[in-house]
Amino acid sequence: MKRQKNLVATMIIEHEGELLIDWLEERSRRNTNLMFNSGLFNKEEFERQASDLLKIFTKGLKEDTVLDIATDEWAEMRDYLSELSNDKAAKGYSATETAIFVFTLKKPLFKLLSREIQAHPEQLTNDVWEITALIDQLGLYITERFIKNREEIIARQQDEMLELSTPVVKLWEGILVLPLIGTLDSTRTQIVLESLLEKIAATGSNIAIIDITGVSVIDTLVAQYLLKAVTAARLMGAECIISGISPQIAQTMVQLGVRFTDVSTKANLSDAFAEALKRSGVVVTKRQESF
Amino acid sequence: MDVLRAREVPLTSEYDIARARQMVRAWALEISLGLVDQTKIVTAASELARNTVVHGGGGAMFLELISSEQRKGLRLTFKDNGPGIPDIQVAMEDGYTTGGGLGLGLSGAKRLVNEFVIKSAEGEGTEVILIKWKLVTHD
Ligand SMILES: Nc1ncnc2c1ncn2[C@@H]1O[C@H](COP(=O)(O)OP(=O)(O)OP(=O)(O)O)[C@@H](O)[C@H]1O
Ligand SMILES: [Mg+2]
Repeated sequence: MKRQKNLVATMIIEHEGELLIDWLEERSRRNTNLMFNSGLFNKEEFERQASDLLKIFTKGLKEDTVLDIATDEWAEMRDYLSELSNDKAAKGYSATETAIFVFTLKKPLFKLLSREIQAHPEQLTNDVWEITALIDQLGLYITERFIKNREEIIARQQDEMLELSTPVVKLWEGILVLPLIGTLDSTRTQIVLESLLEKIAATGSNIAIIDITGVSVIDTLVAQYLLKAVTAARLMGAECIISGISPQIAQTMVQLGVRFTDVSTKANLSDAFAEALKRSGVVVTKRQESF
Repeated sequence: MDVLRAREVPLTSEYDIARARQMVRAWALEISLGLVDQTKIVTAASELARNTVVHGGGGAMFLELISSEQRKGLRLTFKDNGPGIPDIQVAMEDGYTTGGGLGLGLSGAKRLVNEFVIKSAEGEGTEVILIKWKLVTHD
């Protein structure tokens, strides 16, 4: 059956003003307390975005449009919704608050169509249902984009953290320190230890202190990575000192059966640094003030 | 023995292992387990969670807060439907590994907890139960 999309579009265009008022009213009614309290809701912004959305919506409603927003005809709508969800995410709206924007169009539009249907019953009966189904698609799409956007942000932050968490620092000529912090999963441990080896090569250091004060768990996997790093560093001519093994981790490691044999360990970073200086032949003395 | 609370944590990825550790840490704190015992049970959980993911092809951890005769504890059950362990006695030996590890996960975890039960058979998956009790101090 040929649909009368033009007719629906014409009605929306003709009654845009009324639709916008109803939509805003519906939107305000569905406002969460959170939004009211945070003053996030902005009437002008809503009106501008609502009117833009209606324009793109009516453009999409051609005579023979397929009511599937995955099709080419709805590309402009998809772009608009993506942009809108990015904008909402950036402004701190939740996923629900973002979706509500689209879903609250349903009721006013349904009201308008069921009133106008009296004049054109034969053309509109089918369309009313299909149009509301279309709005569902729009609402789901904007939610999906919103979540996608969040996921991208999280992935980016994860990458940044991976980089941030590999701060191999040169403490002294020939002495490097790698402070390990947080959870060491296999990906992170590998990246961290690789960057230590690179830095050893780049600086020609012969002592590397691996400080694990900030690590809460040393299981067999992390221990194995540490031991591998020590061995690899040794092959490159650098000796490792592991510092910052807390009493609870020491006890746990003993029961676990993990031994850091032939690796020197120190209780804390400062002891490890003193040891490294000593091995480098550096003598640190307090200046004697003469009166 | 009463189960005061229970929770299932799926174990399919590296991320899940970290999450399992965090949950065990949180529950250990809740029963005021000391720092050393906390570290022990979290480390044991990390070993078993990784075995479930790496050797067992994924599964789940059941975390339970239990009480018995006025003491509280955590019971952790790791379950998978993977290939199973053909010879448990051998697998429990220090240094035995089929995956290039240190081979200390199972034997080490057993030493870190108060009770350790392992059930496994070739082709029938693996189930490991760990219990860590909070020592009651009389004063
Ligand atoms: N859930 C499981 N399913 C099948 N095989 C297992 C399972 N858990 C352990 N195994 C077998 O038992 C062996 C010993 O396990 P264990 O955890 O002690 O050492 P590992 O995992 O190889 O090394 P790591 O010291 O890093 O833990 C494994 O190599 C594996 O062959
Ligand atoms: Mg293991």
